[in-house]
Amino acid sequence: MKTEDLISMLSTNVEPVDHRRVVRNLCLALMAGAAAAVGTVYVVFGPRTDLTTMGSLVPPLLKVAFTLIILVPGSIYLTRLARPGGERKSSVALVALPFLGVMLLVAVSLGFAPTSHWKGRFLGDEWLECLISIPLIAIVPFSVIIWTVRQMAPTNLARTGAFAGLVAGCLSATGYALHCADDTVPFFALWYGGTIALCTYAGWRLGPKLLRW
Amino acid sequence: MRASLAGDAHAYRTLLNRLSANLRAYYKSRLARIGRSATEAEDLTQEALMAIHTRRHTYDPAEALTPWVYAIARYKLIDHLRRTRASMTDLPIEDAEEILAQDDFVGTESANDLTKLLSELPDKMRRAIQAVKLDGLSVVEAASQCGMSESAVKVNVHRGLKALTASIGREKRI
Repeated sequence: MKTEDLISMLSTNVEPVDHRRVVRNLCLALMAGAAAAVGTVYVVFGPRTDLTTMGSLVPPLLKVAFTLIILVPGSIYLTRLARPGGERKSSVALVALPFLGVMLLVAVSLGFAPTSHWKGRFLGDEWLECLISIPLIAIVPFSVIIWTVRQMAPTNLARTGAFAGLVAGCLSATGYALHCADDTVPFFALWYGGTIALCTYAGWRLGPKLLRW
Repeated sequence: MRASLAGDAHAYRTLLNRLSANLRAYYKSRLARIGRSATEAEDLTQEALMAIHTRRHTYDPAEALTPWVYAIARYKLIDHLRRTRASMTDLPIEDAEEILAQDDFVGTESANDLTKLLSELPDKMRRAIQAVKLDGLSVVEAASQCGMSESAVKVNVHRGLKALTASIGREKRI
């Protein structure tokens, strides 16, 4: 086949396309993923019942704020990475900042507690449930995001996959925060941060296989 | 590119012609360095053109066009090298001269056979592409000729091109 023939085939009756589709479809995917995560938590675990006073609302809101701080830059980078050459416009450092910030909080909060209480603060009552639930809940948002990004053209598949995993992990952790009753800072820093990192790692490994085009 | 995104066929053709020259030069220089043939460069040029076409919605008009095109070109080159590494290193050394001696004039034909690739597509997609993309009929004419609705024609052309892109890649993997 001659290249001229291909060009005339492609340019005959060319359809107009909407370049805003990338951002719009990703937003839709994020919303669908968030709905799936919150829905799963609501159906499987039910919402928290101990939130009766205004004061008790602060710790869960803090947890949601933590996941959102990672989620927002993560999603912005994901929309960049979904386009060819987007990897030149994203820096991993900015997404790592919230992690460092929370680790600092952990250090401060541990500094105020006696050493004998450290173990209880880290392990909480349901660390195992948290460790298993967040990655499991993340599967649906991850699939939706990967499926959406496949319609686009990422050129750095490992990094795009990692960000897809990061965003899915954050969505899942946000949903799970509505259920989880362990509010100590070290607990959610370790287990939420850890599971989100785990999702990111999974996405990084799966990206090159799932996103090829 | 902006006019092309809006559906201006003439501007799009001019753009693709210009890009194909750039892509060909890019692939030839990269592939010649490792002793690959001009046919392979032409294959890759076509693959990249197909990718540019089917993924043109990922171009952001606020950005420059060149980095976008080269990101695609580079991606396709790496993908191609990864795919063909095993089979190419198996070539006996006596064939090397023959490969290096290949003529590389501009009119090089790629190894892709459009008719053959088209014949492997599902019937509806093949007819839609034949009517709209090769015979140059309008979508309305194609719809009445193929006995499909207008939106079905559009969908089939779109899916057919995607399938073609995929089969161009697959063919080389064998």
